[in-house]
Amino acid sequence: MNDLELAFHANEIRKGIIQGVHAAKAGHPGGSLSSADILTYLYFVEMNGIDPDDPSNPDRDRFVLSKGHAAPVLYATLAEKGFFPKEELLTLRKVGSRLQGHPDMNLLPGVDMSTGSLGQGLSTAVGMALAGKMDQKNYRVYALVGDGEIQEGQIWEACMFAGHRKLDNLTVIVDNNGLQIDGDIAKVCSPYPLDEKFMSFNFNVVHADAHDFQSLKDAFTEAKETKGMPTAIIAKSIKGKGVSFMENNAGWHGKAPNDEEYEIAMKDLEEIGAKLCQ
Amino acid sequence: MSVKVNLSGESKIATRESYGKALVELGNKYPELVVLDADLAGATKTEIFQKAFPDRHIDCGIAEANMMGIAAGLASCGKIPFASSFAMFATGRAFEQVRNTIAHTELNVKVAATHAGISVGEDGATHQCCEDLSLMRSIPNMIVINPCDDVEARAAVAWAAAYKGPVYLRFGRLAIPVILDADSYEFEMEKAIVLREGKDLTIFATGLEVYESLMAAEKLAEEGIDAEVINVHTLKPIDEETICTSLAKTGKGVTVEEHSVIGGLFSAVSEVAAKRCPTKILPIGIEDEFGQSGPAKELLKLYKLDADGIYEKIKQFL
Repeated sequence: MNDLELAFHANEIRKGIIQGVHAAKAGHPGGSLSSADILTYLYFVEMNGIDPDDPSNPDRDRFVLSKGHAAPVLYATLAEKGFFPKEELLTLRKVGSRLQGHPDMNLLPGVDMSTGSLGQGLSTAVGMALAGKMDQKNYRVYALVGDGEIQEGQIWEACMFAGHRKLDNLTVIVDNNGLQIDGDIAKVCSPYPLDEKFMSFNFNVVHADAHDFQSLKDAFTEAKETKGMPTAIIAKSIKGKGVSFMENNAGWHGKAPNDEEYEIAMKDLEEIGAKLCQ
Repeated sequence: MSVKVNLSGESKIATRESYGKALVELGNKYPELVVLDADLAGATKTEIFQKAFPDRHIDCGIAEANMMGIAAGLASCGKIPFASSFAMFATGRAFEQVRNTIAHTELNVKVAATHAGISVGEDGATHQCCEDLSLMRSIPNMIVINPCDDVEARAAVAWAAAYKGPVYLRFGRLAIPVILDADSYEFEMEKAIVLREGKDLTIFATGLEVYESLMAAEKLAEEGIDAEVINVHTLKPIDEETICTSLAKTGKGVTVEEHSVIGGLFSAVSEVAAKRCPTKILPIGIEDEFGQSGPAKELLKLYKLDADGIYEKIKQFL
């Protein structure tokens, strides 16, 4: 799949995020939009065995959305991939919906782990990677963590274990959009420097542009080729990417657009889509 | 029907030891069974399994929260993880991990905690977890089991390995009498066991308090007080039928637990009684307070959780 096709899928996924959050009148658009290209690359290029007809294939690659509040991007990606009809995105956060506020593995096929309570998802990804090593399976495990989320101590417990056990089948992606609910991560309680931290936990560290598919390809390729240690990809991203008024604005971390804002957001994304078609 | 019990106290085994040994037997039966520990393999007795199956014992270091998450991840890939630590850390430190990544997901993880209750002894209040039953009981999907001796502990571990879903197992540090008959005993999850029939009052006991309660019942019998003693090994789901049938017969209840009187056996039995068979029930357990250092047996005596203390409290109650 070429970069243009990927960009098209990512734009459709961004529309799905906005539609779902708008319909729910709640949810987390900012960190969903910032990671849309990462999930697009993972689900349309990188991950093996992703099949809506066989979502629990034991040999599939696994994805854990440790920053579970970005559920809208996971749902929109799974819908784009054909796991369920896109119309269902409009049921986000509604009573009886399979699309819970945070992902539920028992409700929605394609969700490899229920997440949402920050700091916990990475440990489960480590467990999956460990199981793969114990059973000599070739699947890989990908975990997306937030750059605010890594303030949680459990993240570093998980990294210590993954580094110690040399889990080279594990790739941790940091969605480094620089913002958390209370503002700039560097001002709230800085997790920087990121690369030195991961390196000191015996990780290979790669930097990437979270909105450049070639850059993501290079990073994931290096992760796959790195043996004897897990890889952390520090993916520099823009919170709210693709929607003009949401970009780099912490206020859009966990807020839904009203009808007027929804129109503007969709128009922004339609324009991006139109440019891609030219 | 009464079950054969041995009150001689000749053979004593700590249920943590029973746990470690049961794991080895089950390790042969279930190749997917794995054991996780947090730097306490010697104390939790998972080292017995570690020696037999070094590749299937995962020491996570002193990081209980991460251990629970790893267990969940392993379970999602088909493993049967038993995650062990002291009750304080397994259910207290890692409460939210157990709730969110094990119970909410309904993953096949067994949280097997040792060193529960005041009988931890010398380590004192920080390590004497008297809240674990309360914490685990409050989580949806969680089965809560507190075996009373070696025979029951081994049987409960075997049951948990065969069951698909989250289970909390409570074990102790102190060597306690083996009271059940290994040849005739059968563990039936949820089903409370009448160990001694009586008509004057019902003593509901759990864990090591089952033996102490049976001994207290012997003393009461000398004075013509006929106590029924019921072993409540499963606190959740709780056996409503057995509880109500007995209370209807005796009209008076007592609960005995090496746990806070808030949220554990007293609460579980009272909830049933309040709903279905209103009866006055005396709680014997750790009152709303922290423990302290001391030899386990001295502490059980001090907090009136030995046979003499139970006898004394019941006499006052009657």
